[in-house]
Formats: sequence, C-alpha cells, structure tokens
Amino acid sequence: MSTEIAHETAHDEHHDHGPAKGLMRWVTTTNHKDIGTLYLWLSFIMLLYGGAMAMVIRLELFQPGLQWVEPHFFNQMTTMHGLVMVFGAIMPAFVGLANWLLPMMIGAPDMALPRMNNWSFWILPFAFAMLASTTFMEGGAPAFGWTFYAPLSTTFAPASTDFFIFAVHLMGISSVMGSINIIATILNMRAPGMTLMKMPLFVWTWLITAYLLIAVMPVLAGAVTMMLTDRHFGTSFFDAAGGGDPVMFQHIFWFFGHPEVYIMILPAFGVISAIIPTFARKPLFGYSSMVYASASIAILSFMVWAHHMFTTGMPVAGELYFMYATILISVPTGVKVFNWVTTMWKGSMTFETPMLFALGFIVMFTIGGFSGLMLGVAPVDTQYHDTYFVVAHFHYVLVTGALYSIIAAFYYWVPKWTGHMYDERLGKIHFWWSTIAVNVLFFPQHFVGLAGMPRRIPDYALQFAEFNQISSIGGFAFGLAQVFFLYIVIKTIRGGEKATDRVWEGATGLEFEQLPSPPPYHSFNEPPPVK
Amino acid sequence: MLSMASAQAAYQLNMTESVTPIGRQLYGLHMLVFGICVVIGVGVFGVMAWSIFHHRKSKGAVPADFHESTKVEVAWTVVPLLILIGIAIPATGTLIELEDAKTDAEITLQVTGIQWKWKYTYVDEGISFVSNLAQSSRDVMKDPTGNENYLLEVDNPIVLPVNKKIRFLFHADDVIHAWWVPELAVKQDAIPGFINDSWAIIEEPGVYRGQCAELCGKDHGFMPIVVNAVSEAEYQEWVAGMQAEAAAAASAATQEWSMADLVERGETVYQANCSACHGPTGAGIPGAFPAITGSSIVLDADPAAHIDIVVNGKAGTAMAAFKNQLNDIDIAAALTYQRNGLGNSVGDTIQPSTIAAAR
Repeated sequence: MSTEIAHETAHDEHHDHGPAKGLMRWVTTTNHKDIGTLYLWLSFIMLLYGGAMAMVIRLELFQPGLQWVEPHFFNQMTTMHGLVMVFGAIMPAFVGLANWLLPMMIGAPDMALPRMNNWSFWILPFAFAMLASTTFMEGGAPAFGWTFYAPLSTTFAPASTDFFIFAVHLMGISSVMGSINIIATILNMRAPGMTLMKMPLFVWTWLITAYLLIAVMPVLAGAVTMMLTDRHFGTSFFDAAGGGDPVMFQHIFWFFGHPEVYIMILPAFGVISAIIPTFARKPLFGYSSMVYASASIAILSFMVWAHHMFTTGMPVAGELYFMYATILISVPTGVKVFNWVTTMWKGSMTFETPMLFALGFIVMFTIGGFSGLMLGVAPVDTQYHDTYFVVAHFHYVLVTGALYSIIAAFYYWVPKWTGHMYDERLGKIHFWWSTIAVNVLFFPQHFVGLAGMPRRIPDYALQFAEFNQISSIGGFAFGLAQVFFLYIVIKTIRGGEKATDRVWEGATGLEFEQLPSPPPYHSFNEPPPVK
Repeated sequence: MLSMASAQAAYQLNMTESVTPIGRQLYGLHMLVFGICVVIGVGVFGVMAWSIFHHRKSKGAVPADFHESTKVEVAWTVVPLLILIGIAIPATGTLIELEDAKTDAEITLQVTGIQWKWKYTYVDEGISFVSNLAQSSRDVMKDPTGNENYLLEVDNPIVLPVNKKIRFLFHADDVIHAWWVPELAVKQDAIPGFINDSWAIIEEPGVYRGQCAELCGKDHGFMPIVVNAVSEAEYQEWVAGMQAEAAAAASAATQEWSMADLVERGETVYQANCSACHGPTGAGIPGAFPAITGSSIVLDADPAAHIDIVVNGKAGTAMAAFKNQLNDIDIAAALTYQRNGLGNSVGDTIQPSTIAAAR
C-alpha cells in the first residue's frame, strides 16, 4: 500500500506542536488523540445517562404494582435506555478507542481524514441533545422500544418521533464518516512493513466493523426516512391499510440491526485478543484463524437478520434457513473463545485489572453466546422470544461483553495514554464489585423469562416478584460501581504512579514498544520500524 | 406473597412445562440444547479454570511459545459443526410440525389484538367477545400484594375443549401484538392487515394464563389472556349459554333505555374500554390522548360527531372503531356516560337503536 506517500506528507509544519489552549482546542481539534478522548468522554456521559434510565426501570420493577412511574413514561425509559446505550455509549466508546489506538498501532501520524474526524465527533453531541430533549416534549419521548416497530412508531407514535428520526440520521452520518476515516487510515497509512497479516487484531476487527457500518447505517437511514414519509407525506410503506407491510419494517430494521450487534462486539474481540496474550506472556493462539473467524462472523451477520422475527409468521422454509444460518455463527465465535483459552494455556499469567475484565468477558460473553445458540433454535425461540430470557441474553453480550471489553481497554491502555498507572487496588475492587453485581442483575432474568415474563412491561404478575427484586438490587449495585469507575478514571487522569513505556511486562505492539508513556501529541511523524 | 393455588411457583427456574404435545416437544428441545451448552460450558470453563490456577506467574509458570496448530483448529471447527447438525435435525422436524396449524383443525378461534385488549371470535359458533384486564387487578395497582393472579385475570376468559385441535387465527386492528400462553406453547404475532395462525391440542383441563408479548404501546403490560380448558360437554354447554346471551342482548338493544341504566352500565364500559387512554376521570394524557371532560365533540348538542368517532374510530390515530369491539348497548351506554359523567352534563341519552343505525 501507499505507506511511503503517507510518510512523505507527514505534517512537518506541525512538528513538536503541543495542543492549543482553552476550550477551542477541543472544538477545532483534528488530533486523533484529542478526538479519541472526546469520544470516550461522550460515551461515558451517555453510559451514565442511559444507566440512570436503567435505574428508573429497575426501581419501578423492584416490586409488583405501579409505584414510581406511569406505564407511558416507563416505555419512554426502556426506549431511550436502549437507544442511548447502543448509539451513545457502546458505539462511540469503540470509535474513541479506534481514534486513540489505530494510528499508534499501525505506525501512522494521525487518522487519514482529520477534519472529517472532527466533524464525525461534533455531530454527536447535537444528535444526542436532540434525542434527549424529546423527554420534555408534549406527549413524551419515543415510547416504542429501541427497535421502533411500525406502526407503533408511525401512526401511533408521539410527535417527538420526528426529532428521534433526525437524531438517528445524524448518528448514522457520524458513523459512516468515522468508518470511511478508519478504512482510509488502515488501508493507506500503515508504516512500511506493517502488512495486513501483521496488524494487531484490534485493527483487523475495526477494519471489518467499519465495512459493516458503511453497509448498514444507510439501511437504518432508509428505515427512518420511510417512517418519516409514512408519518407526514402520505406514503404507506408500513401501513397495511394503504398496501404496505408492517413486517417489512422489521426486515429492514433487522437487516441493519443484526450486523449492528456485531458492530458492537467485533472491536471487543480485538481488545480481548490484545489483552489475553499480554498477561499470559504468550503470543495469541491462531492469529490467522482469528482474522478469518472475524470476517466469517461479519459476512454471516448479513444473512441471519430474520431470526429476530420467528413469531411474525414467516414461511416455514424461511424459518428453517434463518435457523441454520444463525446457529452456524456459533462456529466462528466458538473458534475465538477456544483460541483465547488456548492462548492462556501454558502461559505465565498475572491478573491485573485489564486481565480480570478480559477473563470476565470470556466467561460471561460465552454465557451470552450459549443463550444465543438456544435462541437461534427457531421452534423453541417462539417461547423465548420477547421475554426476559432475551433481555438477559443481550445484556450478557452487550454489558459483560462489549462494555466489559471497553472497561478492560481503558485499564489496559490508560497508562499509555496518560502516563499514569491507575490504582490497581481500586481497579480490582471495581472488577469484583461490577462482576458480582452484574450477575445478580442479569442472571435471574433468564429464570423469569423462561417462567413467562414478557419484556418491556412496567408491572408484572406476583410470581415474578422475587427474582425481579434480586435483579433490581444487582442493578443498583452495578450502577453505583460505574460511578466508582468515574472516580477511578478522573483519579488516573489527574495523577498516579508513573507508567513505564512498555507499561506491561508482556505488552507488544508499536504503541508499547515504540512510543513513550504518554506519547507525544503528534506521534510517529517518522514511521517506526516494523519487525 | 403468592397464593398456594397459583399454577406457577415463585423462584421458578426453568421453562414452564406445556400441556400440549407440541409444547412438550419444544420443552424437550429446550432441555437438549441447554444440556449441550452446559457440557460445552463445563469443558471450556474447566480448561480455563485449570489454566488460571496452574499457569500463573506467581507459581513460577514459564510461558510456552506455541501459537498455532492446524489440527486442533480444524478439530474445534468441525466438532461444533457436527453438534449443530445434531441440534438442527430434531429442530427441523419440530418446526415443521409447529407450523402446520391447518391439518385436521377442529375448532377455529380468531384472535384480534387491540390496544389494549383481545377480541375473540369463534368462527363456526358465531360467538364473539372482548376480553379485558379484570377490574380486580386494576383496583390494586398501587399495592397488589396478595392479589391472586394479579395482571393475569380477565373479565371474559376464553373457553376451549380439551383434546381437540384448535386453530388460532391472529390479526390486529391497530399495532402489532403477540398472543402468548406459555403452557399452550403458542406465541404468535397479531399484525394489522395480515393473518397468522398457530395451533394447540390441550391435553389437560385447567386455567392457562398468558400475556401480550410484543410492545404495543402504553398498556402493553395490561392485556392478559386466560384460557379455560374444559371437557367437550362443558364446552358445548358454554357455547349454548353464550349464544343465548347474545340473542338476549340483541333483543334488549331494540328497547328504550333510561338515563340511569345507561350511565350505570356506561361507567363500567368506559373504565374497561376507554379509561386506558382517556383516563379514569376523563382527563386524557396531554399531547398523547385527548380529554373527554370538556371535549367539544362530546359537549356538542348534536351527538352525530361523537357517535361517529366512537363507532368508526379516527383513521391515523389510536382511536379505534368500537363497532368492531362492543355491542350497541355498550356503545350507547359509554356515550351516554361520557356526555353525562366525567364532569360533562349534556343531558341527553344515546339509545342502542341509534347506534345500530349508525353502524
């Protein structure tokens, strides 16, 4: 590739420039490290905002009866919680990690398109401000679930839905611009010698994720645009009375929505594939099979969308196909888990906080994978579908999966970013506190789901009371643990034991081997040597 | 907290066992896949735990440096594939059987999802009624402690005979709902403009309860299902009773009703059918659902517009056409109550015969 060109055009005029002073530094910055920081802070704020809504949900579900909020407001909470966590917390966190890490991992001075990088971030605060403002509008915020099935989200939706539609458009534009930037960076700006099959897996998984994003965000934009025209311009895409089809909405949504699931987990695979070898002091087992498994998962993710729709009355042939394709995904996913476990095998392990979160990820993500396999078996899915069993499943995958990998990544790379070690004792407390709480929170949800509790209900029959109470207690404890995490983050940024350049004994990769901790504002103005 | 009479126990860990043959197959398949997951989980987590315990630096472990093995990697791709085939074979047979609602169906029950109630039509018997959340649940929402079957009780349960193949036909009037009774192993979306089907052969008499499973708006959590499975003889008796009741209602609808009778009946009808949106006191929800109290349509001395919107609904909004849900007496009573209760006092009555003419 054209790495020489990238090298020649490296920003000589910026040489040894530090950041600008004041607030405008953050508004006008084109520096990948600054933008990474902005993304990570936005995602943390969104995590706390989405988490606060989860606390309202768990509070209302603490005991049977309606004590705290009205059902209409409860539905707004479940909807906004989902939207904020998916689009506001998890996705921007991974983009933040990509911004910070990709240039340093491939030996590039910055992202390929720095001005666009600034834009793709600064769209987001406006998108989320617009989305959050709907809560204060007459008729309330969107209350139709984060999957916004028509016609509940069209004919029967509150007026604020139009703000939701435009917020989703903005998020989509941001994601597509970010993805173009990531692809351009990875394909064009690698240091000489950094061949594709030498790239760290985090780079690989983000390259694949960026393609997924470019493929599916326009589909989501199409879905919300059709909603908009159904609402205001007399079309009937999703209205059977006008010749449309409400089920078509679900096909379009899940054609976006299922790859979206992998958008939120593939970069996590990359993070875990960096952390496990470091703390096992042993190279990653099966690097190339990891790359192929990631690509297979991405390709399969486009071909399984209707497994979210087994109760919509699809023809039996369609259900059979989607069942086979869905359970097939467990093969490459299994390969990944086996590779991580084998990487640990006969290693020389230590258990610092990033390793603890990574191990937690492997165990609990696998539990989410098992329930995913169960859900993929179409005839039984008719009984699991839309129950708390599904809620438990995707929270194991997204909270103890995606979110755990993000937290692990923070602890793993923050000494590199800031030059300060975090407080190991506090980190370990954070891990054990979170892990116990999150299992108290989500594990009982498997039981109530199997016993017959539907999801998205503000109140429930008495036989679900005990487990819901336990789940709520776990929820409050987990929420508090993340406030504690905020304290750790701030404490680490403000000071701490000086980190070495290598940071971890077993760390490998250009960011650890070729850059000081913290790295200079502009790193790799000269491409580093790649072994 | 829980009555001994309840069919389900607190701390129930596993899937509810079904009373239908296909439901038992689903349960078996569920246990099979769960068992496979447990075995794989024990293996993977066991190896991991062993490794974490023995291969740690503090125990002086020296890292090996192997990092690939084609043999092992092929093995752990092929073996899971074979396990999946082992799951797919029984799942395929069960799915094909599950989807065959038509063959040998003896009774057809049409189920219509409506925000937020179910309407049931026995196609061949000519019986049709709407089933709402029971008032006993509505009354205790602040503190339901000790209320048996809280949120799982209805005013009009469905009655079905045991040991007959029942075909359910699903559709919806407004948004998508899903009809789910765990013990019948039936969960199917009810979709506006489309008809889905499913089936059950109930093998044990009993009362089976379920809920709407697809988010359908504000009161999604408050539209339960109660199935009363009885012997064939009891079922026939029930059918005859329902048919006689319908005939009596039809004759009552031709009579002149007094204001007091209409308002009294209207209050019950209003609270069951209208209050979810328009509020128990008629205040509505600003920005979402209009108020009844002080509404210009209601207060209009000419009731034509009021009758029209209740009978025919309002296209493009959540206001349903109640001609599909309620009989003439109930609509007339609800209208009279809205005009002369809830803080309104128009002073006129709406007679069932007027509604019959407006249909």
